[in-house]
Amino acid sequence: MIGRRGRRRPPIVALALGAVAVALIAIPLVGLLQRAAWGSLVDDLTDPASTEALRLSLTTSLAATGVALVLGLPLAWLLARTDLPGRAVVRALVLLPMVLPPVVGGVALLSAFSLRSPLGGWLHDVFGLQLTFSTAGVVLAETFVALPFFVITVEAALRQADERYEQVAATLGARPATIFRRVTLPAIAPAVGAGAVLAWARALGEFGATVTFAGNIAGRTRTLPLAVYLALESDPDAAIALSLVLLAVSFVVLVALRDRWLGRS
Amino acid sequence: MARTCKVLSPLVVLALALGACGSSSDEGTTTTGADGSASRSLVTCRASGEITVAAAASLTEAFTTIGDQMEAACEDAAITFTFDSSGKLSEQILSGAPVDVFASADEGNAEKVADEAVGAPEPFARNQLVIVTKPGNPEGIASLADLADLADAGVVALCAEDAPCGRFAGQALEAASVDIDEGRVTRGQNAKATLTAVTEGDAVAGIVYVTDARAAGDGVEAVAIPEDQNVIATYPVVAIDGPGDDDLADAFVAYLQTDAAQQVLADAGFLAPT
Repeated sequence: MIGRRGRRRPPIVALALGAVAVALIAIPLVGLLQRAAWGSLVDDLTDPASTEALRLSLTTSLAATGVALVLGLPLAWLLARTDLPGRAVVRALVLLPMVLPPVVGGVALLSAFSLRSPLGGWLHDVFGLQLTFSTAGVVLAETFVALPFFVITVEAALRQADERYEQVAATLGARPATIFRRVTLPAIAPAVGAGAVLAWARALGEFGATVTFAGNIAGRTRTLPLAVYLALESDPDAAIALSLVLLAVSFVVLVALRDRWLGRS
Repeated sequence: MARTCKVLSPLVVLALALGACGSSSDEGTTTTGADGSASRSLVTCRASGEITVAAAASLTEAFTTIGDQMEAACEDAAITFTFDSSGKLSEQILSGAPVDVFASADEGNAEKVADEAVGAPEPFARNQLVIVTKPGNPEGIASLADLADLADAGVVALCAEDAPCGRFAGQALEAASVDIDEGRVTRGQNAKATLTAVTEGDAVAGIVYVTDARAAGDGVEAVAIPEDQNVIATYPVVAIDGPGDDDLADAFVAYLQTDAAQQVLADAGFLAPT
């Protein structure tokens, strides 16, 4: 074994292929930056169609993150700390949307919740609730794709956290809810934050499931990625300006999570 | 043998129309198989190679059939299709997409790619708009005006404003003096996506081409739009200076004018070009 100090010069082949890998990701981003109409950027972003999409994207992605937080936290805890039967199956199921093509998720949502499906029809008849073509439908689609990112992040943190603190708290007479709030949660807080940011970024970028399930209605379901796709022919400058917003958000997310991913080198 | 003749007729028409195909004495003339039956190679189409055809989404069914016919007629020809809104496709062609033939649902997008084109666009079909509803037309939609006045905040599916079908739908609605609240309109990126919002999704109705409604079969009910409000779309085709085989691209463009191809288009619901 060669220790850290004994590092050799990297082989030229590895360097070359590594450089190609970096170029593969960097070139399109540079292309986006150089094609941007910087002069009209502010006008493009303050255009009513753009602000509407920005506002809608912000509200739906935050709502989806909120749902992921409320539902994902207990689920992550159940998966990490209990011996419920079928945990492996549940975990696989919950992680499925991470690897499922989003458009398939959209078709699945449509099959389950369209007005002609039993469940969708029942929701509509009993509660007057229609998820297709609605902002709630956008939140549902975004939650569907974003939830796994939150659950997997928090579950991993729970597994790594030292359970003995919780056991000590229990022997001192703390109730389970208190233990969770005062001991468990502070220990995994960074992971909860990171999971929420990841889920939010994923929700913000959601396209396939949204357009398939919730359609493309201005002000109601036309989120940023849909607006980018729609504007690409009619107003390429606006499409690129909106793309820059999404790129900037991604960059900010990366910076926020730098300790987790970029290491401390 | 009626069956053999049916298979051969497009090939013969192709041969006559193109001059690219011909019967020669040393190859491709009627050969007799071991069982004594005439084999299919009465004519041989000399165009071979590969081409990519970019076509308006509304041409999906008709062009797939026409592509099969050409591949059967021209040995070693491989035709790949990419179907989307003509606006999206013209944008892609201008960005250098590897396309050899472009069939647009409007004349504007065919003219837009003039710099990349070989020759002038040639009309090969026409199409009209129609209202589609759920099977059985549960909302009782009878006219364009009814689309602005749907119960229960029903959603109407229209094409994106920059897709020809979206622009034409806008013109038709304007001709009928109908104004649908944009907050109740879902925009499909092309004609097929718009149709899907009605067949698979919960859009109450949509405006698509007559051909799309026919392709959807029982999935929708078509409600005609009166002639004075309707829009006739003219579909031009043009060869593009692409990476594929030039002769095969020309052959495809010419083939669209043959009786065989026109029959396929007519079966799909297209009108003949003027």
